[in-house]
Amino acid sequence: MIGASRRGNLLLALAGLAVASMPLWTGAYHMQLASTALIAAMFALSLQLLVGGAGLVSLAHAGFFGLGAYTVYLLGPVSVLLSLPVAALTAAVAALGIGALSLRTTGFFFLMTTLAFGQMLFFLFHDTPLGGGLDGVFIQRPDLIWVVSKAQRPAVFLLLNLAVLAAMYAGLWLLMRTLFGHALLGIKANEHRMRAMGHDVQRLKLAAFVLAGALAGVAGHMAALTDAFVSPDLLGWHRSAEALLMILLGGIGALHGPILGAVALTLLEEFSPLITERQRLVEGLVILAAVLLLRRGLAGIAR
Amino acid sequence: MTTFLAQLLNGLQYGLLLFLIGSGLTLIFGVMGVINLAHGSLFMIGAYLAYVVAGYTGTFWLALPAAIAGGLLFGTFLEAALFRRFRDREHLDQVLLTFALILIFEEARSILIDNQFHSVAVPALLDFSVPIVGGFAYSAYRLAVLAVCLAVAALMLLFVERTNIGASIRAAAENPEMVGLLGVDARRIHMLVFAAGTALAMLAGALAAPLQSVYPGMGDGFLILSFIVVVIGGLGSIGGAFWAALLVGMVDTLGKAYVPQLAGIAVCGMMALVLLVRPAGLFARG
Repeated sequence: MIGASRRGNLLLALAGLAVASMPLWTGAYHMQLASTALIAAMFALSLQLLVGGAGLVSLAHAGFFGLGAYTVYLLGPVSVLLSLPVAALTAAVAALGIGALSLRTTGFFFLMTTLAFGQMLFFLFHDTPLGGGLDGVFIQRPDLIWVVSKAQRPAVFLLLNLAVLAAMYAGLWLLMRTLFGHALLGIKANEHRMRAMGHDVQRLKLAAFVLAGALAGVAGHMAALTDAFVSPDLLGWHRSAEALLMILLGGIGALHGPILGAVALTLLEEFSPLITERQRLVEGLVILAAVLLLRRGLAGIAR
Repeated sequence: MTTFLAQLLNGLQYGLLLFLIGSGLTLIFGVMGVINLAHGSLFMIGAYLAYVVAGYTGTFWLALPAAIAGGLLFGTFLEAALFRRFRDREHLDQVLLTFALILIFEEARSILIDNQFHSVAVPALLDFSVPIVGGFAYSAYRLAVLAVCLAVAALMLLFVERTNIGASIRAAAENPEMVGLLGVDARRIHMLVFAAGTALAMLAGALAAPLQSVYPGMGDGFLILSFIVVVIGGLGSIGGAFWAALLVGMVDTLGKAYVPQLAGIAVCGMMALVLLVRPAGLFARG
């Protein structure tokens, strides 16, 4: 997996600036839409560490996203400086347990076990009273560092989400340049060779799984903060599949691919109702087209 | 006591339905190397087919052959049109292809039929209770489902273990390249396995239709459970899938009856335990 080129990073930065300036030229509705896209991008980007980084296709990822979101509900109104790290940590601990078990398997079995464990997290909030029931609950937002009025919220959340996404992207961009990042790519290319070279492949994969889970928890936390609503649907495996779609749409070989894919899918979901009510049909056909035709994603077109 | 007996039989029958779904899933992956997340949707299609056939003809009995024939045709079509091209593709592509199929099947169901819950009447011939022990009686239709599932399981085991084609299927599950070298037409095996897997899932759906409501997304729960069956049973193993399906069906049914909040978690926990002890599956050879 490669990060964007120098020019690509410049374009991403420009796009970021354009988003940051949205409070100056759009209303609340479009800023909320942009926040949705940014959160989807965080989620897909965290999964890309596994898919594009280590070649692991996990269907449990939405579980970690949902855990991050539900942490906000379970903590109640505390400072965001507390809720954010706790959300990341909770998701990381769950990812450690699930990853340690799932990574005992490979390939097809890995997919199936992550699917089942992800659903286990889903059932935890769907069937038990722990998370406030199967219909979801409205939550009290964590306190931001300063007081934000209702009118300011869309703009403040937009900028916050943008900042978190930018930090996540920059962090992963740097991480993929370290020895750890190279080792992950080595595992993706040829696991046996990496093992023969003396790398502790299991541990590297588990580290990636936990880190990706923690980042998904961060994305879930931001979703709860922005929407002030959580529901068990956040943890369902369909969400994981949608994140995989964003990765494939954006380009599996590129770190910035998921960001492009998330923006594309959010826009598609926003505008396809103008043409037809059959949203799932549109999404299904887009996926079919993507897997049949668009082998290198949107990032591949641009290159 | 009688409710416990009824729950045991329910668990057995649920497990056998899971076996019909899971055995197709395990063979399709074992032989073709394709992950089919839409397998649960095939179950749903079978149930809706039964609803439509029973509604139009007035008799439920036509629904079963319709599900089998429809499944064979539909499976052959899907294999030739899509799955054949995805055998050598990345898991990510296979996951997304079959996720797309789920979305498209659900939307097609919504367009062709509707988004409501429907019930399918238990066929009149079997709409009575059979006295079993003491004051305990059990639905005749449920007993018939048990019998049909057992018969299908026995036929399948016989076919896979005793016939030449069955031997090719087992060989293909074990070592696909070798089978090609030995001059077995792998493409025909793939088509057969996929068509049979589809027919089994749709038959399970049709059988289940009078037992529960027919509703949108009804395949989702079965998909997850049948995946767990494949993990516990060991990949490509029909016998393993059989025992694992009974185990999962029993745990899920008894769990739902006595600790409804923990049933879903219990089944996944059982899988976790198996992964800890035997990552290749409880019934895997070697």
